[in-house]
Amino acid sequence: MTEQRTQPIMSGIGLKQYYQVSQGFMKPKGTVKALDGIDFSVEAGKTLAVVGESGCGKSTLARLLTMIERPTTGELNFDGTNLLTLDRETARELRQRIQIIFQNPYGSLNPRKKVGTILEEPLVINTKLSKEERKEKAISLLQKVGLKPEHYDRYPHMFSGGQRQRIAIARGLMMNPKVVVADEPVSALDVSVQAQVLNLMMDLQKELGLAYVFISHDLSVVEHIADKVLVMYLGKVVEYGSTEQIFGTPQHPYTRALLSSTPRIDPEHRIEKIRLQGELPSPLNPPSGCAFHGRCEFANDRCRVETPQLIAREGAASVACFGVDEGRLPYLSARVG
Amino acid sequence: MTNDKKLLSVNNLSVTFGTGDNPFTAVDRISYDVDAGEVLGIVGESGSGKSVSSLALMGLIDFPGKVRADSLTFEHTNLIGLSENARRKITGDEIAMIFQDPMTSLNPSFTVGNQIMEAIEVHQGGSKKERRAKAIDLLQQVGIPAPESRIDSYPHQLSGGMSQRVMIAMAIACDPKLLIADEPTTALDVTIQAQIIELLLKLQREKNMGLILITHDLALVAEAADRVVVMYAGQIVETGPANEIFKAPRHPYTQALMNSLPESAEGHDRLKALPGVVPGALDRPQGCLLNPRCPYATDRCRVEEPGYYGPEGRQSKCFYPLDDNGRPTQ
Amino acid sequence: MTQQLSAKPMSPLAEFWFYFSQNRGALAGLAFVVFIVLLAVFANFIAPHHPHEQFRDAILVPPVWAEGGMSQYWLGTDGVGRDILSRLIHGARLSLLIGLLIVTLSLIMGICLGLIAGYFGGFVDTAIMRFADILLSMPALLLAIAIVAILGPSIVNSSLALSLVYLPHYVRLTRASVLSEINKDYVVSSRVAGAGSLRLMFITILPNCLAPLIVQATLGFSNAILDMAALGFLGLGAQPPLPEWGSMLATAREFIQSAWWVVTFPGLIILLTVLAFNLMGDGLRDALDPKLKQ
Repeated sequence: MTEQRTQPIMSGIGLKQYYQVSQGFMKPKGTVKALDGIDFSVEAGKTLAVVGESGCGKSTLARLLTMIERPTTGELNFDGTNLLTLDRETARELRQRIQIIFQNPYGSLNPRKKVGTILEEPLVINTKLSKEERKEKAISLLQKVGLKPEHYDRYPHMFSGGQRQRIAIARGLMMNPKVVVADEPVSALDVSVQAQVLNLMMDLQKELGLAYVFISHDLSVVEHIADKVLVMYLGKVVEYGSTEQIFGTPQHPYTRALLSSTPRIDPEHRIEKIRLQGELPSPLNPPSGCAFHGRCEFANDRCRVETPQLIAREGAASVACFGVDEGRLPYLSARVG
Repeated sequence: MTNDKKLLSVNNLSVTFGTGDNPFTAVDRISYDVDAGEVLGIVGESGSGKSVSSLALMGLIDFPGKVRADSLTFEHTNLIGLSENARRKITGDEIAMIFQDPMTSLNPSFTVGNQIMEAIEVHQGGSKKERRAKAIDLLQQVGIPAPESRIDSYPHQLSGGMSQRVMIAMAIACDPKLLIADEPTTALDVTIQAQIIELLLKLQREKNMGLILITHDLALVAEAADRVVVMYAGQIVETGPANEIFKAPRHPYTQALMNSLPESAEGHDRLKALPGVVPGALDRPQGCLLNPRCPYATDRCRVEEPGYYGPEGRQSKCFYPLDDNGRPTQ
Repeated sequence: MTQQLSAKPMSPLAEFWFYFSQNRGALAGLAFVVFIVLLAVFANFIAPHHPHEQFRDAILVPPVWAEGGMSQYWLGTDGVGRDILSRLIHGARLSLLIGLLIVTLSLIMGICLGLIAGYFGGFVDTAIMRFADILLSMPALLLAIAIVAILGPSIVNSSLALSLVYLPHYVRLTRASVLSEINKDYVVSSRVAGAGSLRLMFITILPNCLAPLIVQATLGFSNAILDMAALGFLGLGAQPPLPEWGSMLATAREFIQSAWWVVTFPGLIILLTVLAFNLMGDGLRDALDPKLKQ
């Protein structure tokens, strides 16, 4: 945060997404606050990682960023314009610059279409390129992601998971995007293939100046690829800062618990385990006050009633935690002392 | 390794699928031991045969799969050659298994209590009241809060973590001597995964069970297992104590796996990815199965299949096992 | 799963044929269907006589191998002296055409309605599905009879009636497949690419819903032939002297006791054709169901 500030390519302010859900026959509808006021920004050529467990709203965020869904309220800026107030045509133009890569490479490619057809679909819809030009572009991208031109005429089921993910990446790049939202892009892949795909993504980022919004639950991957990290819990941001800040001096008890729960090969990378009690609360019926208080060993009466706000701190990550505000978290003071 | 502690000994176990000219060898002559009270991690990528080998152990491979082994010795009884029923008696009472997806492993039409009590009835019998009390006790042991009320819930009312706890309760209902956990936490969130692993290790210690932990997650094995078996394309490529393997891998594949983890990379450098993919049924190479992907492969590796080298309990299937600095020996 | 990429992969058609040809019954069904189609196409050349031509001097002649049979009437003649074999061959043309018409009509309407219902959801979905439920709640043949009664008995009207009767099956099937496909990531990524509703419905989603529909259509073909025969039998379908299998049965009712061949052969060919289509449908289902493949 202290380094020289560049204009973010994409940012969100106060993004909220509420869903009305039926709770059964003759019962009042409930509100799920899938996202409850998210602020973020990502610069060109940089990676913002969004971290959290299932139900924390990270996939909803991906759907908002790619404009598959419109948020209930909030502002979503891309290259200086608010995407949510634009007319349809301009929004359509701009959304081509934001692409998505999904987790499951087996579900994200249309099984009935050839690879070439899949890759060219965005061009067919959005451009007036001729058939030859489209094919040329598709083949050049196939080669860029490490596949061969002869793969153009094959069907997705003839490829392995890693190769499919490469095809998915190539499709994402067809429209020369500025932002790529990657929703758990490597968690369905084997370790050795995962490394290949991560390398490819980082190479492409360097070459094309892409901004990534990298959604993941795997902290070791995030630590490797991210520049900034957003930790989410039940639709809210609990900690937001640079990778060094989040992994070096995690402040929020949840961030710390996540980090300590992630298995590490090297004993020196392991930190003292914090075992969380209980499970994730239902987003339909979130706890009062700080959503995390039920699983937090440091919670006090204030945490059970009041909701902490995300507070920016000089030279450190922004945290939403009364424990940090009041300086009563033992692991933080221990380090200072 | 003293012999009296040896709980399970697998000797040259193979599983093949398909017939005719092109049978697919899913598991290729693997041998390993598990001692009582020991956690053995079996680690490998998809297609490495790690799950198939444990299914074969339990006698759960159906036609057209063919299982062959020189011996499968469980507590001095060779399971090979036993009748179906006699074998099921042993595997059912003494060996339990939990699977990856807890949501589909439980029958959705019955309460969890019902399913646990059924498991108890099969193995121990007892009156309905006794069984219910035992089931509540089991749920308590696996850390389910308010077991007296939870016992009457249906699987869909439980979260993934809770379902996996119920699966574990069913698995330990018959006090097994060996528990096989096949990717027990892959479907779960990170913090829940940590809880479940901790629970498994706690139960394993308390009951002095042998635990086979099958997973693709190297780091998980590094933290949880005493000894590790690394599998590649159906073969065991390396065995050894967990701390030794991860400190100084002897087999190039183990080294490559560790190097491809983001954890091993410095900062934003490229990861040292292993090129290519695991060979399938049609493209198994000659010689060492890793040779097309191995940076150290020589002509010998491309022709001749390596045997196991190294001291007892610390072996690797490589002509040139890596030294402590990660360089191949000549 | 991971195929060797240097090996030439099977084309989808070859793969389909590989699985389809494993099923002997389906092959037999296919062979018979091809046979019937050939009969229908070349009816003019194959049939020994004109189907309407009445041989006044050869009324109720038994088949050639029975006592009193005549070599120019292989399967005998009916009550007004028409050659049964020729009528069956020309009837194949009519029956197949009707089957095709009914199935195509209900398939097209069903796919459109099902796609709309599944894709848009909400009120449109409810409206379409309740309409389908109403159609389904009435006995099929009774509904068809009612519609024909209103429109007047003719082959076109009864085809229309039957396609309306079969409509709900296709609507439900399409809607169910659409619902299972619509949230898959490939649909979402097409949407991110900017695809509009029509493109998503017909180009992205529809091809992935076709397998069960093809199976249902094949099975529906046999149903259509059967129900058309029933309507014909009741005198509501093809009008005499059109050689339609069902109406042939109907006019032969009075000879059940005296001239077995007049009833048996139309009945037999209906049975065989329906059986053939059902066998083929089963084979198609096995071949198109990805769950049964490795």
